[in-house]
Amino acid sequence: MTLFWTLWISIITLIVVIGCAILLRATTKNNTGVKEGEPMPHTFDGIQELNNPLPKWWVWLFWFCIIIAVIYAIAYPSFTANYNGLLNWTSADKAVKSLAESKKAANTSHSQYQREMDKAKSKYSAVFKSHIYNADGHYKDIVDIAKDENAIKIGQRLFLQNCSVCHGSDSRGSAGFPGLTDKDWLYGGDPKTIKESIMYGRQGVMPSWKEALGGEKGVTEVTSYMLKLSGRRVNVLEAAAGKTKFVICAACHGADGKGNQALGAPNLTDTIWLYGGSRRAVEDTIANGRNGIMPAWLKILGEDKIQLITAYVYSLSMDKNKNKNNK
Amino acid sequence: MTTATLNQPDYNMKIVRQFTLTSIFWGIIGMSVGVIIAAQLIWPSLNFETPWFTYSRLRPLHTNAVIFAFGTSALMGSSFYILQRTCHTKLFGGPLASFVFWGWQLIIISAVISLPMGYTSTKEYAELEWPIDILILIVWLMYTVVFFGTLAIRKTSHIYVANWFYGAFILAIAMLHVVNNLEIPISLFSMKSYSVFAGAVDAMVQWWYGHNAVGFLLTAGFLGMMYYFVPKQANRPVYSYRLSIIHFWALIAVYIWAGPHHLHYTALPDWVQSLGMLMSIILFVPSWGGMINGIMTLSGAWHKLRTDPILRFLVVSLSFYGMSTFEGPMMAIKSVNALSHYTDWTIGHVHSGALGWVAMITIGATYHMIPRLYGQKGMYSVPMINLHFWMATIGTVLYIVAMWISGVMQGLMWRAVNPDGTLTYTFVEVLQKTYPFYAIRLVGGLIFLFGMLLLAYNTYKTITAEPNSIQEQELS
Repeated sequence: MTLFWTLWISIITLIVVIGCAILLRATTKNNTGVKEGEPMPHTFDGIQELNNPLPKWWVWLFWFCIIIAVIYAIAYPSFTANYNGLLNWTSADKAVKSLAESKKAANTSHSQYQREMDKAKSKYSAVFKSHIYNADGHYKDIVDIAKDENAIKIGQRLFLQNCSVCHGSDSRGSAGFPGLTDKDWLYGGDPKTIKESIMYGRQGVMPSWKEALGGEKGVTEVTSYMLKLSGRRVNVLEAAAGKTKFVICAACHGADGKGNQALGAPNLTDTIWLYGGSRRAVEDTIANGRNGIMPAWLKILGEDKIQLITAYVYSLSMDKNKNKNNK
Repeated sequence: MTTATLNQPDYNMKIVRQFTLTSIFWGIIGMSVGVIIAAQLIWPSLNFETPWFTYSRLRPLHTNAVIFAFGTSALMGSSFYILQRTCHTKLFGGPLASFVFWGWQLIIISAVISLPMGYTSTKEYAELEWPIDILILIVWLMYTVVFFGTLAIRKTSHIYVANWFYGAFILAIAMLHVVNNLEIPISLFSMKSYSVFAGAVDAMVQWWYGHNAVGFLLTAGFLGMMYYFVPKQANRPVYSYRLSIIHFWALIAVYIWAGPHHLHYTALPDWVQSLGMLMSIILFVPSWGGMINGIMTLSGAWHKLRTDPILRFLVVSLSFYGMSTFEGPMMAIKSVNALSHYTDWTIGHVHSGALGWVAMITIGATYHMIPRLYGQKGMYSVPMINLHFWMATIGTVLYIVAMWISGVMQGLMWRAVNPDGTLTYTFVEVLQKTYPFYAIRLVGGLIFLFGMLLLAYNTYKTITAEPNSIQEQELS
């Protein structure tokens, strides 16, 4: 806040509070020259006004609120940024400009935010950490965490609060956001890779190929070939023409179209489509490209929470594997 | 009564008739939009998959329609009515009053078109874009000229208390409108503009405006209405002249810096938040001054509530006013605000003021004015007024109780924590629990809206009847 705003706000507030007190004193006494309870000597459209005294309880309530306000102003930050109040209270450390600065300030600051965070830490930290750390202070194996029912519940809640916005409450994803319950993984479904995806994020870029494929006709042909790969009935001639053009795609998606997890290139031979499997959607993907972004969560959530979320996500497909084996 | 009011020599009552009828019309429109968006919260597909009917565009249409079309039309009409009768003179400025009326209707229609099209400055209650803002300023200045011009040529020695409140409302809104809408258009041929303020100062200016739109338009303006129609309808003198002095000056002075309570626990500096909170606490007392003065005016006339449903509207509106002005300062206390902020509680609070106070006092005033504006001795049907009274009361109570419960529930669910420190509920789980209350709110809103249709029908029957054919009636 500039000096102008500071003075403007402080001076007006002072004048208003003092003015209220003065006016309250003045109107508590009868200075009107009319006896109390009698009408004032003016009439408007037949309406008279009585000179009744202010209700006593109301006057006392007014003084009470003014005094409360003054006490509050003395106890808490008020009247210019330089006065922190007798309690030296702040809501949060507002000088910090980055996450790193905020973490550094956390150890020295006595803001309400920090006090509440400290309180929460001492109350919850032990229970929380017991789910992810071994006695020796190292992380438990994610596969083991995934077997711990209570840990999975925590992981699920963290997932629902942070991840479900894109991946869905049922983790099945939606157009542009991969489902996490199947065995189809863009970057790999082992615990280590899942954790990496969450911590550092991913950027899945599919370039636009319309011109390279020679316009719409080329796009249609490649689409036919691709749909054939996943077992759909297509125009055979188109598909044959598309096959020759597929060499461009093979660089990332592989000659067999089964994708490449190192690049995050999706498998094109199954029935799972990240951006929709209709002919129109596939053509759109090829012609105009896609840009899928998974944000990096390490700085937002911290590794401890990610450990639990990883275990939860891993457990989703683990159940599927188990069922398959049983069959 | 003076001879001037008996003869009503050459008062400009046409302008009052115009504003009163349009306020009923815009009230029905604005509340219908409110009912639609309340239904959209339950059934989102009611936006019919179009951009124009999305919640985000209809919501500002609803707030602008009820505040600036319904409320402000009622304030302009009633102020001209009261001004002439309590100054014992015709409106100053001749055709200027008509210019204010048509200008204001043009502004409303621009809002009705531009908001669903998506033009918005994104400032709450000040969403209208810069060309409309300029038009508002011009019309408002004309309104100021008519109002204060008439005060200047008044034939009474003093200025009646109702006009103090209307005057404060007119001046404060002019100032608020100009400062909060200081904006730079991206080009002369574009509707889009950006505010000259940025960051925390922008937020502060916005809520200085936002809370004073509540304080001066929805409180001071309607207190002006109250100070005329309550003593008039009850036929009793105003309770205390001195109380009106202290509560008027304290109210308009303290309101001006209560806005920061909308920004507790934000980037606004702590000391600014503190001052906003302590001003809000003091504000409780002058606000109640108005309620006391209104309700105590009925001393000696309480029996009239049995037979006069118009008086019921006025008195119940004062009760809702008292309730909201107690609730408001309480919600401005930081620790209460930490629970109530961003929940439905706020919506409930706003509507206990908007439906319970603003709409009900306006409806009472309208029932009082209509027969007098159209040469009748009473409304077409008094039992219908009584039915409307009960619909309005029940509708309001359903609405605010539903929002209180869901608001407190949301606040508590959002902060619930498991033994491991993770949040217990997700946003969607809280939303699911809120649905029943959305439904109750919708029912309350619908009942209130149907009551407004009764007002429209009763008004239609009254103004189309033979002059002087309707006699004064009482409830039996």
